[in-house]
Amino acid sequence: MNTLILLLATGLGLGGLYFLVASGLSLIYGLMGVLNFAHGSFLTLGAFVGLAAANTVGADTWPGLALGLVVGSLTGAAAAALTELGLIRPLYDRHIEQVLVTVGLSLASVALFEGIWGPNPRNVTRTDWLGSTTDVLGASVPNTAFLNVLAGAAVLGGIVAFLKFTRYGLIIRAGVENRAMVTALGIDVRRAFTVVFAVGGAAAGLGGVLATQSLNYVSPHMGASLLIFAFIVTVIGGMGSLPGAAVASVVVAVLQQLANYYLNNTGDVIVVLLLALVLLVRPSGLMGRPA
Amino acid sequence: MRPRQARPPEDQASPAVLEVRALAARIAGQEVVHDVSFEVPATGVTAMLGRNGVGKTSTLKAVLGLVERTGEVLLDGVRVDAERTDRIVRRGVGYVPEDREVFAGLTVAENLRLAERRERGTADEGAAERRALVDDLFPELVRRAGQRAGTLSGGQQQMVSLARALLNENRILLVDEPTKGLAPKIVGEVAEALATAAQTVPILLVEQNLQVVERLAERVIVIDAGRVVHTGPAGELLGDPDAVQRLLGVSTTSTTEAEVTR
Repeated sequence: MNTLILLLATGLGLGGLYFLVASGLSLIYGLMGVLNFAHGSFLTLGAFVGLAAANTVGADTWPGLALGLVVGSLTGAAAAALTELGLIRPLYDRHIEQVLVTVGLSLASVALFEGIWGPNPRNVTRTDWLGSTTDVLGASVPNTAFLNVLAGAAVLGGIVAFLKFTRYGLIIRAGVENRAMVTALGIDVRRAFTVVFAVGGAAAGLGGVLATQSLNYVSPHMGASLLIFAFIVTVIGGMGSLPGAAVASVVVAVLQQLANYYLNNTGDVIVVLLLALVLLVRPSGLMGRPA
Repeated sequence: MRPRQARPPEDQASPAVLEVRALAARIAGQEVVHDVSFEVPATGVTAMLGRNGVGKTSTLKAVLGLVERTGEVLLDGVRVDAERTDRIVRRGVGYVPEDREVFAGLTVAENLRLAERRERGTADEGAAERRALVDDLFPELVRRAGQRAGTLSGGQQQMVSLARALLNENRILLVDEPTKGLAPKIVGEVAEALATAAQTVPILLVEQNLQVVERLAERVIVIDAGRVVHTGPAGELLGDPDAVQRLLGVSTTSTTEAEVTR
């Protein structure tokens, strides 16, 4: 029972991290039809720059962590917005080329990060609380899990509110349905593209800093490994569906944790099998619109 | 080289708000509009007629830059064919597309709010007036403001689509088959709304229902196989059953005007 609670709690925490990456992927794909392979790079960059900012105050203090989270998000947002403006926009409506350029950027940026920060993972310092556990019904749950769940829920709520209550949100929701008609109403939909990239990049940057707290290290490759699962989550949830991504994040992460423990470290395999099953039975995903 | 259509005599006093010269449009690599030239004068309704699939919708889309196109498009004498769709629209082109194209997942109020163009830095005194006109024309939409547009009937969706265009100050409206698939009573309401709109803004109207054309349009442009084959006063064409049969492939005798005016 204790083990199950622990697995569920860590699964939820991991799900929070997946969602931080998948939410951006899902928004970007929903509006622009672009699978953004560079999304992991926004996460990694956010993590490194966020931690550097945290270190200026002290990464083992709460103000340091708060600063790191803010700077990490802003870094992710800026990197994503620049990517959209510099690489995606010139290839307007050429989806294959847009995807290819994000693949190129992801490969190049990892090499760049290795050049700057070295190829090996570096340990990070955490606040005492984040480095310890809390007893939940007898299970010792790592405190990072609570922070990740909280962050995932906050980002979900924030994006939902943004989509519902702002003009850009309105444009994005309409654009996901019918982009041509949005432009035919006199709206420059390209600005909304930059906005979704920035919002997605911010969530990824935040996820990057949080991931360093859970993993207890920072590495040039952390973005790529999280991105794989975020893609799976996005497909299972239904490409372009934010609630779908939220549900799938939790399902995938919990399943992964359970399988790793009870089925001899087969979590990754089980997740891929789940992906295959969803693609066979319900190709549009849990909450996606039928193609 | 500027191929031009002869203008009907009554338009001499009224300069063209929209001029299209040698317009060609391609969809998926296939040229569907070949060499279309016409003018829309600054007042009243100009109807664009023709059989199904001759390129009327594509012509409207080409004017807006929604499909790949060549040729010249002039709005108030200014070339706009190099501009993006949203820029052309902001110059004052209201578009009511075929099949309404309302945003199904957005509420009626959200559809309208999205459509209201905001000109930066300028106070738009006419906005409240236009809003009042739209509310007056379509009280149904006021009652259903919170309802998702996807759950509306076809007629109600058409009202949303028309309202989106009427909320803005436009130089011209491009209206594509607004009565298609609607019940006769709703056809009358839509025609009524268009007649009201036409008092303040010129309309280029693609329409299959000849009673609606007869009621609203002063001039007609007939398209066949991606080319303009006839322009002239609406009454002249519609009063000539042989010409209607020849140009549009339909007969005028089986219908009555009462259907649209009640």
